Parts: sequence; structure tokens; C-alpha cells
Amino acid sequence: MEFAELIKTPRVDGVVLHRPFMPTVEGTLCLTGHHLILSSRQDNTEELWLLHSNIDSIEKRFVGSLGTIIVKCKDLRVIQLDIPGMEECLNIANSIEALSTLDILSLMYPFFYRPMFEVIEDGWKSFLPLDAFKDLETMTDEWRLSEVNKDFSVCPSYPPLVAVPKDIDDDTLRKVASFRHGGRFPVLSYYHKKNGMVMMRSGQPLTGTNGRRCKEDEKLINATLRPGKRGYIIDTRTINVAQQAKARGGGIESEANYPQWRRIHKAVERSNVLQESLIKLVEACNDQSHSMDRWLSKLEASNWQTHVKEILTTACLAAQCIDREGASVLVHGTEGADSTLQVTSLAQIILDPACRTIRGFQSLVEREWLQAGHPFQQRCAQSAYSNSKPRQEAPVFLLFLDCVWQILRQFPCSFEFSESFLVLVFEHSYASQFGTFLGNSTAERAKLSLPEKTVSLWSWVNRPQELERLTNPLYEANSLVIWPSVAPQSLLLWEGVFLRWNRSSKCLDEAYEEMVHIIEYNKELQNKVNSLRRQLAQLETEDPLLQTP
Amino acid sequence: MEHIRLPKVDNVRLLDRISPRRSRVGTLYLTATHTIFVENEAGVRNETWVLHSLVCSLEKQAATASGCSLLIHCKNFQVLNFVIPRERECHDVHLSLQRLSQPERPDELYCFSYKPNIDAEERRQEWDFLDLRADYRRMGLPNSLWKLSSVNQHYKVSDTYPADLFVPESATPPVIVGSSKFRSRGRFPTLSYYSKENHATICRSSQPLSGFSARCLEDEQMLEAILRSNPRSDFMYVVDTRPKLNAIANRAAGKGYENEDNYSNIKFQFIGIENIHVMRNSQQKMMEVCELRSPSMSDFLEGLETSGWLKHIKAVLDAGIFIAKAVAEEGVSVLVHCSDGWDRTAQVCSVACVLLDPHYRTLRGLMVLIEKDWISFGHKFSHRCNHLQGDPKEVSPVIDQFLECVWQLMEQFPCAFEFNARFLITIHSHIYSCQYGNFIGNNQRERTELGLRGKTHSLWSYLWMNRADYINPLYRPDHSQTQGLLRPSTAPYCFKFWRALYNRFDRGMHPRQSVEDYLSAIQEETQQLEEQLASHKQKIAQLEQKQEWSVPQKAVPFDKSPTGWTFCNDLANTPQDYTGGFFTSSPCQPRAPITFQNEESNKTSESILSNGSDQESGIADVSCRSPLSEDSTRDPDSDEAAYSAS
Repeated sequence: MEFAELIKTPRVDGVVLHRPFMPTVEGTLCLTGHHLILSSRQDNTEELWLLHSNIDSIEKRFVGSLGTIIVKCKDLRVIQLDIPGMEECLNIANSIEALSTLDILSLMYPFFYRPMFEVIEDGWKSFLPLDAFKDLETMTDEWRLSEVNKDFSVCPSYPPLVAVPKDIDDDTLRKVASFRHGGRFPVLSYYHKKNGMVMMRSGQPLTGTNGRRCKEDEKLINATLRPGKRGYIIDTRTINVAQQAKARGGGIESEANYPQWRRIHKAVERSNVLQESLIKLVEACNDQSHSMDRWLSKLEASNWQTHVKEILTTACLAAQCIDREGASVLVHGTEGADSTLQVTSLAQIILDPACRTIRGFQSLVEREWLQAGHPFQQRCAQSAYSNSKPRQEAPVFLLFLDCVWQILRQFPCSFEFSESFLVLVFEHSYASQFGTFLGNSTAERAKLSLPEKTVSLWSWVNRPQELERLTNPLYEANSLVIWPSVAPQSLLLWEGVFLRWNRSSKCLDEAYEEMVHIIEYNKELQNKVNSLRRQLAQLETEDPLLQTP
Repeated sequence: MEHIRLPKVDNVRLLDRISPRRSRVGTLYLTATHTIFVENEAGVRNETWVLHSLVCSLEKQAATASGCSLLIHCKNFQVLNFVIPRERECHDVHLSLQRLSQPERPDELYCFSYKPNIDAEERRQEWDFLDLRADYRRMGLPNSLWKLSSVNQHYKVSDTYPADLFVPESATPPVIVGSSKFRSRGRFPTLSYYSKENHATICRSSQPLSGFSARCLEDEQMLEAILRSNPRSDFMYVVDTRPKLNAIANRAAGKGYENEDNYSNIKFQFIGIENIHVMRNSQQKMMEVCELRSPSMSDFLEGLETSGWLKHIKAVLDAGIFIAKAVAEEGVSVLVHCSDGWDRTAQVCSVACVLLDPHYRTLRGLMVLIEKDWISFGHKFSHRCNHLQGDPKEVSPVIDQFLECVWQLMEQFPCAFEFNARFLITIHSHIYSCQYGNFIGNNQRERTELGLRGKTHSLWSYLWMNRADYINPLYRPDHSQTQGLLRPSTAPYCFKFWRALYNRFDRGMHPRQSVEDYLSAIQEETQQLEEQLASHKQKIAQLEQKQEWSVPQKAVPFDKSPTGWTFCNDLANTPQDYTGGFFTSSPCQPRAPITFQNEESNKTSESILSNGSDQESGIADVSCRSPLSEDSTRDPDSDEAAYSAS
């Protein structure tokens, strides 16, 4: 297919661009296969380079022959283009609509993007399961890396290599896979070095209404328990939802068959409910009314903060089971690819200091989201402004990032990265020139040859100039477990994402710069004092008078 | 002493508000000034001190098998729940505290018995620390347009106004006196703030006694005089901070508002800030939400909305912005009033001053501002803060709202204020504590009669001496945010819930690491480094000149982490109850002591709080616990239902 077919008017002059907090710009609008570009053709003027895939929806308006297109982006920005000429405007609008909703993966921009920077380290190779397993081997020999899924036949959403208990053979795994939703048999998610307890994740057990049983499944998860010890199964669904799942072939681990495990049900919402919540929240944030009552009631009605609280609470509970109760944990919901991953990844942020570094966080996203088979393509196809009926869209990953931000706010010195890193990851999960978040699973990514044909987001991030921008100047490694507060008073609206385009952040940015300045000045003085001290020591040894007291 | 029916009770339990299972056992002591709870745990001396004057309400609940519960709400938003073994003892403690916390005569107030080790001369200096006349001089007054009037010496014209007042040069005593007779409580229009740059002023008064049609020539002349004192402007604003309906209702009582037809060149404006009763109820409702044991997000947000608190804060700030803009941008003078001119008027004038003048955003400036627009102009602290047993309908958190407006501004302009939020919270606490004489009485006349300067101490010099604790590390006098008029956004989402004040004692809710404290520690270290740098340079210069008397000195090496700075990591390691009481066998985390509220306390309590709990406790043996049934994953008597409820 040729993009040219979709672009009837590739160029319009005299287009006026309105953006939040920036002066309006007049210039030439150009449409390419992947970008909406506005150029004022003046030096030093900022231009618009917008990926079509970042466009969530557009609105057109006409006053006489002047057309206006309101472009609403997946990163929640809203821009306005005033286009002279009705026909031009209609053509542009039609093209944008067609180009921004193309869902042929191989036509996506990452396949066409050529990096303008030097790739120091290929991000596709930075976080391979084999490397993670080597780290694990230094701590324990109770686990092995299984190749049972090497052709993705046992579980299409799992990677080819997964860590499983050493004594469980591949045949057992195949049997267990047939007993778990989507073939997602229990695998190792996290090993807690401090006490050797583990966190596993899986899909729901397929017990159905007649209480089907799978001895191999029991054997697998029991293999992770120390003699005489109990474990916890954290089911992210309420007991009612979990019971209802039996009618559709799903179910729960019964006490009779899993006597060594205690089940805890939590209520983490999923799919459509979350998408609606995001839409309502963004609508509340964009409400121009100056009524406090209206704002608070809309914020409350969106339920977004409720979801943040539920997810964080569940993650804290999992972390508490592991660290405080000294018990191993299995986490699942229905498929085990959404709320499950929110819980397992956040629990690691809480428990494992390594996940609070920039590289560790990338590794966490790779392991617990990308390789664990969170369907990014489906979940992030639309954002808050889309007019089409949501299919499988849900801000599951955005909620995870929001929860990380909440913990970051409570422990502002314990994270190596700053808020801007989280915002960056959010933006790229919805629209990106990099291939990292394309596809729904490792299998899909392999089929598309993403590692060969596209650039990884991490290749770009892991360069000194980017890392510097994303580093938290307050960071001091904190080796401890960090327990966040989940009280409503402690959970804030993530302004850096949701109010980013509504309120000017000038004063807050200035405060950030001031903070950086204070810290850097201190470092500079330390260096100066140290070098003077050396100079002084040298002078003293050279001084004959001082050597003979 | 005669009010203490029972000086000591043993085996009292102090319940943790968030999770009552974590309670502490100890001995309760009643002294003349404080309630003291001493925990009986071997090795640690954990004390909780509560000043009687901070007690806001007492609730004795019905006796149960475990004892009799006494709930104490404090004016600084601390809530304490004691369980006293015997009902009789609880009754005695209750009655004693009721009397002790509600002094009947001013001389029973804590400030008269608070005796720090300060002699008479130092005390005089304390009270001379702030000089209002100096602040007026700073504004450029008196000058050819405004003069200091002696008309209210001995409080003859208005007994709730200060003795020193600035009036337009052209305002003669007969005009002033005439105007004062046409205003509630004689509170005639007088100057609150003067802008040197453009001569525009903020004046304040009470409502005119206009009724439906009354006029007063002198009052009209007074406004005319104010208008003429701003030579570049041909009109002035008269801002009535009340909702229009309230103002109209007042006309029936012979009061009311200015008729534009009777006053030349005024633009009249209503700004609907609600009255003290609405504000009192609003805060009460908000505090009920803050005190919910484990509210869901919806409980909290709904409750916050229903309380209307943030709406009222926004109204006060909106009014302040209107006035600040009129003065700074239009160069137009503004006369502000409400009914009596000592509540809403004080709020709005002082908020406008903070927006207008960078000086009021400094430590000393905010103290002067409170001294000027609140204390000297007769905000009725005694009544509004319920210092003495009095009419509960007179109580209202008007000053709380001012402090919160300042805090909301600090959130929007992090570099604009010299002080930090701790400064505001400390002032808040001492407005209610009665420890210092500053906020005693309802006006200057009462304070003079009580002889406070000779018998009590001043908060301002205490704060100044401890100013290192209250400095905002991000403040720089030459920063762009520090200059000129602040233009805050008042979009609803810019207003936040002030957790650090209203949930001040729920330490678990606060961020476990403070950026501000971190930066302050770094700045302190930077200062030491600068000194070292200078001394090293000097020594090197000396050595290079081979001067014989040069003495080598060992420099103190700095390691990488800033000195004096320790993470509150011990706090970081206390999980909350995320489980809905699921881990019943978990040993109670020793919670940080709740407070220590006496004279030296502000620092002490912070330091106690930051080393509250150990990090390795709390690992319970799961196997010894009886399993719960399949479907009931919740502890049935859980207090934390919200965590596990669907």
C-alpha cells in the first residue's frame, strides 16, 4: 500500500497552529506517511512534528471557508490547526484520520525510522531472559530455565525461556499449561534475596464448574514452598468475579486441592472499566468550569484514583506476604497479563532497590510487561480522546506508571530516575518511533523481526545525554524495602501527565532547576575543597619549616 | 490545681487511630498545663504531651469490658483515643480536662504560666522585635498623601481598632468621626496597604449603616478622600466580600452596603465569601473526612467536596487576586469590607498583600502581615479560636483559611516564599496553644488591658530565633518568582488538600523522605564547604608566602553524602496495614510517638518521629495461625475493611 493514496493534499500554506503554552505559529502544513509537520520556514522557530500514531481523534469545524482541525493526541495534548480553504481542510482531516488509524503493524513508523544518534548499546539485547537467569543463579539453584515454550506452542504469550522450579520437568509444564488460562502456567516473577521467598504469576486455573483438578499444577506451585511453610495466592479479582469465571471455564484454586496455600481476593479493575475511567478523568481535567464542586465530583466519579489505590494496595499486600510474612506468593487474575503484572511489577519496585534504578526499571518493564506478554498493541491502540468504541484498550500500563509515580512522590530520594522518565515511557507506550512497545507478545515481536528492523527505546535512553536528563538529582541508593502509604490523603493526581497541557509548569520547572542548582553547586564545592586540600597537603610536605615541629 | 480530680491513672491504653490494634499501654498524668501519657515499655521513654489549651473537644464513650474510652480532639488536629480501665477514673479525667481545657478567666491562660528562662529586658526586646510603624515606613508612609492619625488614641473612636491608623491627608477628625458613626463598630475606612510604585492602596472598614436609604456625608467624604489620595486614578473599587444576599439581608438591620449613586466614582463589587458559621461547619465536615479510619478514595473525595472547604479557600484567594490586580495592574485603590471587617476583610487584605508585595513572602514579612492585618486590626482571636470558655458560635477557622491560602500559593510558586510549610503549621499551632501572648484577646485594647507585654512572651522572636527550621531552601531573593505580583491560577485542580496540616499527626500518610530537608542539609553543608574553601585558600596563600607562623590544621573530610542528613529510612520500613487485618499475628509495628507538644517541642517531636520504628520486626510466623475459610478472606472484625472490600 502506498501512503500517497491516503494523502490527497500533502501541503497547505498559511496554516495557523495553536498549542498549549506556546505562541501561535503560522506556517506550511505538510503530511507525510507518518508525520504531521508544520513549518514556519523561519529559523529558530519551533515546528510541529507529530506522529500520526500519536493522534487519538480529530474534530473539524468550519467558519466560512476557514476550517479548523482540533487534533487530540494520545499523550493527552490538544492542538488546533486553522486551515484556509474548505477542501484542503477536509482533505487533511480525512488523511489524518486514515493515517492515524492504520493498524497494519508493518507500516508503522518504527519500521521506517532510522536513528540519528549513535547506538552505543542495542536495547533489544540489553535485557535478555538468559542474563536475568544468570543473576538468579548467583542467589539460588532451585530454579531452572525451561525451553518448553521455545516455539511459543505451549503458551503463545510467554517468551521462549521461562524460569520454573528445578524439579518440574517440561512435560509437567505442558500439562500445567493446559490447566491455566492462555497456557500461562506459573513462572517465576521475582526472587527475594533477603529470605529466599518468591513471587510467581500465572493465568487463572481452568477448574470450570465441575472443579477440574490438575495434580501437576499443584505439584508445580508446591515445589516453591519450603517444608512446612504456606504460601499465598493473590487473586486480583473479587471472590464473586472469580466464582463467576467458573462458568466460563475459569476458576480458583480450591482449599481442598491447595491446602498449603491461602487465597486472598482483591478488587483490581480491568479493561473497559479502566478505559472509561481514563476518559472521564481526562474530561474532568479539561473541564473549563471554575467550579470546585464540579471538579471534585468529576474527579471522584472518574474513579481513577480509586484504581490507583486498589492496585497499590494489592501490590503492597504481595510485598508484605513476601518480606514480612516470609511466604511465597502466586499472583493471578483472569489472563494474568494485566492486573497480575501491575501487582507483580509494583511489588518489585517496593521490594527490590534494583528496580528503582533507570536500568533496573527498564529491565522490569522488559521482564514483567513486554516479555510477560502484556498486549501493548491492543491496550494502547486508543487513549482518552478516541471516539471509536473501545475494543481491548485499557490504560493498564499507565496505571502502573501512575502507581510508580505515587511511590516516587513518597520516597523522592530513593529512585534513580525522575518523573520525566515515567512520562517518557508513558508517551512511547502509546506512540513511538521505537519498536519496543509494538506487538502483543514476544512471539509477535519475533514474527515481525522487531529487534532486527526497529530501534529499541532503550537504545535511545541509555546514552549519557538522555540519562542525564532522566536522572533524579536527589537519588541516594536506598537498599531497603519501601512501604508506601495508600491512604487517600497520600495519593495525588499525577499532574505531570493529566494536567500537563492544562496548567503551566513554569514555576515548578524553575523550582526543579533551583534544586538541581543547589545540588550541583554543592558537588562543585566539594571538588574544589578536595583539590585544595590535596594542594595544601602537598605544600605542607614541601615546607621544611612545618616538617620539623 | 484545684481542677485536677485525678493526677495519675495507670494502665491506660492509647489507641492508634488508624489501626486500633496497635495500642500502647502506659500511665496518664494530668498536670496544670498538660496531659502526659508515658508509655510503659522497658527501655524506651515514650511520652505524649498534650497542652490543655489545645484540647478542642472531649468525648467520653460508654464503658466496655476493656475500659472506658475517652476521645480527645485537639485544635491542631491531633486526635487521641485513650482507654481508661475504670469508668470512675475516666469520668474524673474527663471532668478535669473539661475544666482545664476551658479556662474561664484570661489569667488562667497558659501564656501567663509559661516561663521560659528569659529576663525582663529580653522580654521587652521580644515584644519590640516587630514594629508595625517600621512596616508602614517601609511602604513609604507617612507621606504627602497619607498621615498617621491620632484620632483613635485610647480607642475612643473604635474600640476594636488599633491606636495608630493611617488616613488620607485630607481626612479631618470630624470626617473620620462622622464616618465611623456610619460604620459597624465604628470601624471607619483606614489604610491597610500602600503601594509605593503607583500610590494605589488597600483600605479596610466595616459595612456602612446604610439600611435601605441612609446616607452619611462624612463617610462619602472619607471615600472621596481615599480616592483623591491616589492621584493617578479617577475611580476606586469598593469590595464587599460577602455574598450579595447576605449583604442585602443586613440592610433590614440598618446595615448594608454602599450605594454607587451616593458615592462619587466608586465601582461596587460583591465577592461571595461565606460567613464564619459556614466556614466552621465546612472545616468540621472536612475534619470528619480526615479522621475516617480507612476511607476509600470515593469516601475521601466525596467528603472533601461535600465539606466545601476547598471551594471556600478558592473564594478567598479569588478575592485576594481581584484586589491585588486592581492595585498592581490597574493602579486603582480598593476599599474592602464585610460585616464587621475583622474576618473576611482580614483574610482578603492579607492574601492580597502576599500576592502584591514580596516582603510579605519572607519570614519576617509574614509575621508583620499577621501582626498588621489580623492582630492590630482586631481579628477576634480569643473568640474565633475559643481560647476562653465562650460562645461556640463565635468559633471559626478564619485564620486557618488565610494560612492555607498562603500554603496553596507556595505549592504553585515553590521558589517565591522564604519560609516553608512548617513555619505556617507552627504559627497555626501557636495561634491556638495560648503559649505566647500574641493571639490572646480580641483586639489591641484588650491586649493592653491584660498587660500581655509585661506578663507573656512573643511568638515572633521565638520563631525568628529558630528561623533555620523554617527556611525554604528553594528561596532566593533574586529569583524571578520572588519579584513583584504573584499571578496564581485558580483553576479548581490547582487547589490541593493540605495533608501536612489536617492529617499532621498521621505520620504514616506523609512522604517518607523530604526533599526540602534534604536540600536544607545540602545547603548547610555547602555553607561549611564555602568556609573551608576560604580557609584552605588562605592557608595556601600563607604557605606559598612561606610565612613562618602558618599553622597546619587537619581539615575535616567530607564523605559523599551530606553531613547532618540522615534518611528517615527507618520510617520507610514500616508497612501499613494493607491487608484488611489479614495478618492478625503480625506484631504491632511500634508506631512513631504521636506528639510532644510543649514549649521546646516542635523540634523534639520531629526528631522523635523520624526514628520511630525498627526495620526488621514484623515478620510473623504464618504457620501458627489458623487458616480462614475459603471465601472469607477478611478478618471479620477488621477495622480496615476498605483495603479488602471490593
